[in-house]
Amino acid sequence: MSTAVEARRQFAPPVPDGRYSLADLVRSEWTKLRSLRSTRWSSVLVVVLGVGIGILATAESRANWQHVTHAGFDPTQTSLIGILGVQLVIGVLGVLVVTGEYGTGTIRATFSAAPRRPLVLVAKTAVFLGAAVVLSEAVAFASFFIGQALLTAPAVHATLSTPGALRAVVGSGLYVCAIGLLGLGLGVIVRHTAGAIGAFVGVLLIFPIIVAAMPQSIINAVRRYEPLQMGHTMITVSAVGSAAKHVIKTFGPHVHHEIVKVGGGPATFSPWVGFGILCGYAVAVLAIGTVLLVRRDA
Amino acid sequence: MIEASGLTKRYGAKVAVDDLNFTVRPGVVTGFLGPNGSGKSTTMRMVMGLDAPNAGSSSINGQRFHDLDWPLREVGALLEARAIHPGRSARNHLLMLAQTNRIPASRVEQVLDQVGLDGVAGQRAGKFSLGMSQRLGIAAALLGDPGVLLFDEPVNGLDPDGIRWVRNLLRGLAQEGRTVFVSSHLMSEMALTADDVIVIGRGRLIVQAPIAELTASTAGGYVTVRSPQAAALGAALERAGAAVTTEPDGALSVRGMRPAAIGDVAAARGITLHELAPHEASLEEAFMELTEDSLDFHGDSLFTTTNDGGPR
Repeated sequence: MSTAVEARRQFAPPVPDGRYSLADLVRSEWTKLRSLRSTRWSSVLVVVLGVGIGILATAESRANWQHVTHAGFDPTQTSLIGILGVQLVIGVLGVLVVTGEYGTGTIRATFSAAPRRPLVLVAKTAVFLGAAVVLSEAVAFASFFIGQALLTAPAVHATLSTPGALRAVVGSGLYVCAIGLLGLGLGVIVRHTAGAIGAFVGVLLIFPIIVAAMPQSIINAVRRYEPLQMGHTMITVSAVGSAAKHVIKTFGPHVHHEIVKVGGGPATFSPWVGFGILCGYAVAVLAIGTVLLVRRDA
Repeated sequence: MIEASGLTKRYGAKVAVDDLNFTVRPGVVTGFLGPNGSGKSTTMRMVMGLDAPNAGSSSINGQRFHDLDWPLREVGALLEARAIHPGRSARNHLLMLAQTNRIPASRVEQVLDQVGLDGVAGQRAGKFSLGMSQRLGIAAALLGDPGVLLFDEPVNGLDPDGIRWVRNLLRGLAQEGRTVFVSSHLMSEMALTADDVIVIGRGRLIVQAPIAELTASTAGGYVTVRSPQAAALGAALERAGAAVTTEPDGALSVRGMRPAAIGDVAAARGITLHELAPHEASLEEAFMELTEDSLDFHGDSLFTTTNDGGPR
């Protein structure tokens, strides 16, 4: 016993001042993200899918320019259409950032090193969001510039100074990031990869299919709350302007800033209002996830 | 130092850990023994703040785990060998843990070297054998050079060389003055490694005692003796000072006398011996006796340190 006491006195490794911080956790989360091959593959997939679909869509429009009418042609939207594919990859990546840790048990190593779980989630979310912003904005701008370059005369093309175009390009990247956060939040709630991806696909893709089978009144009431609809509005430029008068007539002047009617379909929120609501979804899901994260055993 | 006080964990109606009190002191290896499913892993997870107890609390060096400023530098744990992302290299796994507690990257190389994984540090952990995964888990526990270490079944999946390596590592860590808490269901392993043991059964503390005390106070060594003249031999042995009981099959169980002395007594009286088999009291026997008690709900054990009398 006396040797034990003596030994304990001898053993005192140096420890830095303060406490483990958000900055430490952000560094750790960045190491986690960059050290997985799945991250690199997803990034490649995001670029190929986003830019590739944009190239296909714009090249096709240009090739058939002589044979179709161009009344509602939106060069910005056509070049950004790949974003709607990218959102799936980013969303699934958001899910995997969390469920990958639960599935492998790494989360317990993480929480043994950093027991303040909400702080870990903040760091994880921040790193994922940072990576997603860089990636999706890069894809959005690349898609736009390549797409517009492909739309040679006589086809019409947009520039960043075209009214609404810059909003559509920047906004489409941000829209994808919000979808990614939705995936991340669902990952925290569900914890299992298959279940969380199922929930994500259900919210994003299956729910709209169910809604589409409903009576028109329900479609009109619900459609504008669907994330996909918000994404579609965000990348769309020309139709908004042409539909604005119709909106004022239908809903009265007091709502025309928030709700617009596109192409005779159901009403949608204006791009930034829709984006705000989408961010609200993501924040709500993350908030529920945080509560569960703290309450549940890891 | 690890302390548990009234630690209780329920899963629905099932009580996994039941009002557990114990103290794990520094400078020695403390074995945590119990049959599979007795609550060892749950207890360790509660100490590490992963599972929340329904009642009671635990502390590391007198602090709640959640309140530690630098958890990895205070306490390292190997709770599951396979708790590693298979797509991440051993080096990056350790690096991401080190960064959470501002531990320099050079320390990652040190522990990789220490556990003998320096040659495969860049490989994806998914390709590791169970033994290599165990070593990586141990490296993670050592990362912060902590004064308190928990190992849940650390020798699982290791070959004899690996087992000896872990045994020496644990003893070395304790000699450096660290608190070393290691669970096992292998009594023989603990007999070689641990100084103190904490035995639990069905989530309840059965005993906490130094190993030497435990084996000494168990029913202990006896000698099985068979003879065609059992009655005469038994009487002679009792006269010589031994305690003799007759088993249902006619064999004699003799306590308090060495086999050689029993043979001498028999020879002196011309008694034929058919069997003379010594039984050493092992930790395993002590453990079996103790856990049988707990499984039958006989309550407190033979020992003075019981659930009620445990340190608080």
